[in-house]
Amino acid sequence: MKLKLTCKEAGRLISEGLDRKLSLPQRTALRLHLAICDACTRIHLQFQFLRRAASRYPGPERDGGES
Amino acid sequence: MLQLRNQAQAEDAVQETLMAAIRGAKDFAGKSSVRTWLVGILKHKIIDLIRRASRERPLDLPDAETSLEDFDALYGEDGHYASMPAEWGDPEAALSQRRFFETLEGCLEGLPKNTARVFMMREVMGIETDEICKELAITATNCWVLLYRARMSLRACLEERWFAIGA
Repeated sequence: MKLKLTCKEAGRLISEGLDRKLSLPQRTALRLHLAICDACTRIHLQFQFLRRAASRYPGPERDGGES
Repeated sequence: MLQLRNQAQAEDAVQETLMAAIRGAKDFAGKSSVRTWLVGILKHKIIDLIRRASRERPLDLPDAETSLEDFDALYGEDGHYASMPAEWGDPEAALSQRRFFETLEGCLEGLPKNTARVFMMREVMGIETDEICKELAITATNCWVLLYRARMSLRACLEERWFAIGA
């Protein structure tokens, strides 16, 4: 695993990191990439948000429960 | 419905849920709302039905769903984003809005069927990836690719249908 990732590679690893434990070199490479890349940092936060949103699906009560 | 894609199966799941709820009524300790409790039972029933269905009929996984070529357009020659993913502001606020979940549901319905199914199993029902692979008899790599495709597609869809319009 090379240390310098493209955003395309980083996106795969961000996603896979939510589904399995990445190897140490993968985690290191991803951390380095996220430290310098705003785009992938956003992707990372958005994937985590998707997880929170999905776990609350179907969301608030359909009738009258809106807050 | 999103999970089972079959009206009769969905009705069975609901019926089995209600039966299980009636049998287990004494276990309902009032710690959660009745709705949360019923949705919890329903999730288990849906997992059971998916297991049964995938044993009877193996997943038909077209190559297009496990290829990543169509995502290449997102990236420039150098492998970086051709256009910057948008800032979502305060996405947590969306979680209290019913309309947000309707938008999410619309986005899920737009996904290819296996992609949607794997995402629902993983993120809505919280099943571990290795169990999903086993239940659906697909490789771990295909599982990760499907989840990656689902997440990338959903984030783009939510960006377009929710966050970009400041809903």
